[in-house]
Amino acid sequence: MPSSVMPTSSHGDGAQPSPTAPVPSSSPSPSPSAAPAVSAVGLRKAYGDHTVLDGVDLRIPAGSVFALLGPNGAGKTTTVQILSTLVAADGGQAQVAGHDLATAGRQVRAAIGVTGQFSAVDGLITGEENMLLMADLHLIPRREGRRVAAGLLARFGLTEAAKKPASTYSGGMKRRLDIAMTLVGGPRVIFLDEPTTGLDPRSRHNMWQIIRELVTGGVTVFLTTQYLEEADELADRVAVLNDGRIAAEGTPDELKRLVPGGHVRLRFTGPDAYRGAATALPEGARDDEALTLRVPGDGSQRALRSLLDRLDTAGVEADELTVHTPDLDDVFFALTKETAR
Amino acid sequence: MSSLTLAARNSSTMLRRNLLHARRYPSLTLNLLLTPIMLLLLFVYVFGDTMSAGMGGGADRSAYIAYLVPGLLLMTIGSTTVGTAVSVSNDMTEGIVARFGTMPIHRGSVLAGHVVGSVLQSVASVVLVGAVAAAIRFRSTDATALEWLAAFGLLALFATALTWVAVGMGLVSPNAEAAGNNALPLIFLPLISSTFVPIDAMPGWFQPVAEYQPFTPAVETLRGLLLGTEIGANGWLAPAWCLALCALGYFWSRSVFDGGRK
Repeated sequence: MPSSVMPTSSHGDGAQPSPTAPVPSSSPSPSPSAAPAVSAVGLRKAYGDHTVLDGVDLRIPAGSVFALLGPNGAGKTTTVQILSTLVAADGGQAQVAGHDLATAGRQVRAAIGVTGQFSAVDGLITGEENMLLMADLHLIPRREGRRVAAGLLARFGLTEAAKKPASTYSGGMKRRLDIAMTLVGGPRVIFLDEPTTGLDPRSRHNMWQIIRELVTGGVTVFLTTQYLEEADELADRVAVLNDGRIAAEGTPDELKRLVPGGHVRLRFTGPDAYRGAATALPEGARDDEALTLRVPGDGSQRALRSLLDRLDTAGVEADELTVHTPDLDDVFFALTKETAR
Repeated sequence: MSSLTLAARNSSTMLRRNLLHARRYPSLTLNLLLTPIMLLLLFVYVFGDTMSAGMGGGADRSAYIAYLVPGLLLMTIGSTTVGTAVSVSNDMTEGIVARFGTMPIHRGSVLAGHVVGSVLQSVASVVLVGAVAAAIRFRSTDATALEWLAAFGLLALFATALTWVAVGMGLVSPNAEAAGNNALPLIFLPLISSTFVPIDAMPGWFQPVAEYQPFTPAVETLRGLLLGTEIGANGWLAPAWCLALCALGYFWSRSVFDGGRK
C-alpha cells in the first residue's frame, strides 16, 4: 500500500520548519474499509526527455471528493489522461473502480466519466443531440435515452437551450452540458479536469454545487484544480502535485497547516500603539510606513488568543486585525522551494 | 454483446453524427462541389469548341462533353474527399473525440463513421454532378445495364479508396487549414490525368506523370464502360489502384489514430 507522501523538500532558508508533523497515512478517510475507487502506485510518464510524472501514488476512497492541486504543467491533466485510459503510463500500475488500467481498459471506461479541461461537446449539433449521442453510444434504448437526456438537461438548466447548437452556448453552459453528457452512462468515478477554469464567479459557484450533488449519489469525484480555495470547498482530501510528484497529501486543513505563510496582520492608526505592539511582538514583520505588523501564526483559536493576550498585556489595541491563511501561492512556494531553484 | 455488434451499433451512431454535421452545415460539401461543376461548364462552354476541334475527326462539342464527364465524376469524388480530410482534422481537434476515447465504445467506430459518411456524400455528389452533366446533354452511348452497374461499382470503390487516404491526411494534419492543403493532390491529380485531354496529346516527358497515377486508369475504365471506348489493361489497373489506396489509407489511418493512445 502506498504511504501518503510527505513534503519532500526540506524548508531550509531560515524559515521555521513546519510545526505540523507530516500527515500520517492513517488519517481517517470516509470509508476506510471499502475498496478504493482509485489507487495508483508509482505512475510514471515521460514525453521524450521531458518527465511529466515521476512516481505518483494515489489512494482515493469510494464516495469521496479528491482534488489534485497543482500549477500549470505539473502533470494534472496527464494523470487524468492515464487514469481515464486515454494514454498509457510508462511505469507503475493503477486500478480504477476495481479494474486494472493495463489489463481491463474497457471495464475502466465503462465505470468512469470524464469531463476535460476543454469542453468535450460537439459544437456542430444541439445540446439535446449531444445528449442523445451519448445515450446511443452507451447503447441505451431510444425511449429511455430520451428520458435520461431530458432529465439531465433539466437538472443542469439547459432545457431552454436544448435545441440550439452547442457552439452558441456560453462557457458555463458548455461546461454544464459537458458534465451532463458525462453522467449519461451512470459513471461511478468521475474525473473533472479543471472544471471551473475560465468560468465567471457565478458559474464557478454553480459548478461547485453540481460537484457537491454528484457525491451525494455515492459517486467518487477526482478533480484537478489550480485553486486551493476550490479544493478547500469541495475536497475531502487534497494532493499537491509538483514536478510530477505528489509533494503533499492530506485534508485541506492539514495541507494549509503544513506550510508557513499564515499570519495575522495588525494595523494601527497611531504610531505610539504601533511601536508598543512592535516591542511586545518582536517576531512580527514591521511595516513602519503603513503602521502594520505581520505576525506569523496559523490563525487557530489558541494562537489568536495568545496574540491578543500579549497585546492586552502590553496595553495596546490594534485598529484592525486580519487573519491570513495560506493560499495556493503559499502552499506552492513552501512545498516547491527546492525544485524552483 | 459481441464486439462485432458493439462495433456495428457504435459505427452507425457515429455515421448518424457525421451525416447530421453534413446536413446541418452543407456549405463545405457544396463549396467543394463547385470546383467540378465550374470546370465542367468552363470546359464545355468556353473551351468546348477548341477542345473538340483538337479531338479531330469532325467531333463537335457534344463529343467533348462525353469525353469530359467520366473524369469529372471522378474528380468530384476527389473534391468531396478533401472535405473529409478537413472534417476529420476538425473533429480530432475537438474535445469530443478525446471523450470518445474515455467511453466504453468500439474505438474504430469514430473512423468508420467518417468513412461511411464520406462515401455516401461522394455518391450523392456524383449523382448531383451527373445530373448537371445530363442537363447539358451528356449521354452514355451504348452502356448496358451491367456496364452501368460496373460504373457505379467503380465510382463507389474509388470513393472508398480516396476517403481512406483523406482520413489519413486529416489525422496527420494539425488543423483544418493544413488538412485542406495536404489533401490538395486529390483535386490536383485529376487535372493532370486523362480527364481533360488524351495522354497522347501531352508532351512526351509528362506522359508518365499522367499515366502512372490512380485517376487515369479509373477515368479510362469509366469512359470505356459508359462510352464504349477501349479499356484494355485499365480494367484491372483501376481496381488495383483502388484496393492499394484503400489498404494504404486504412493502415495509415489506423496506425495514426491508435497511435494517439500512447
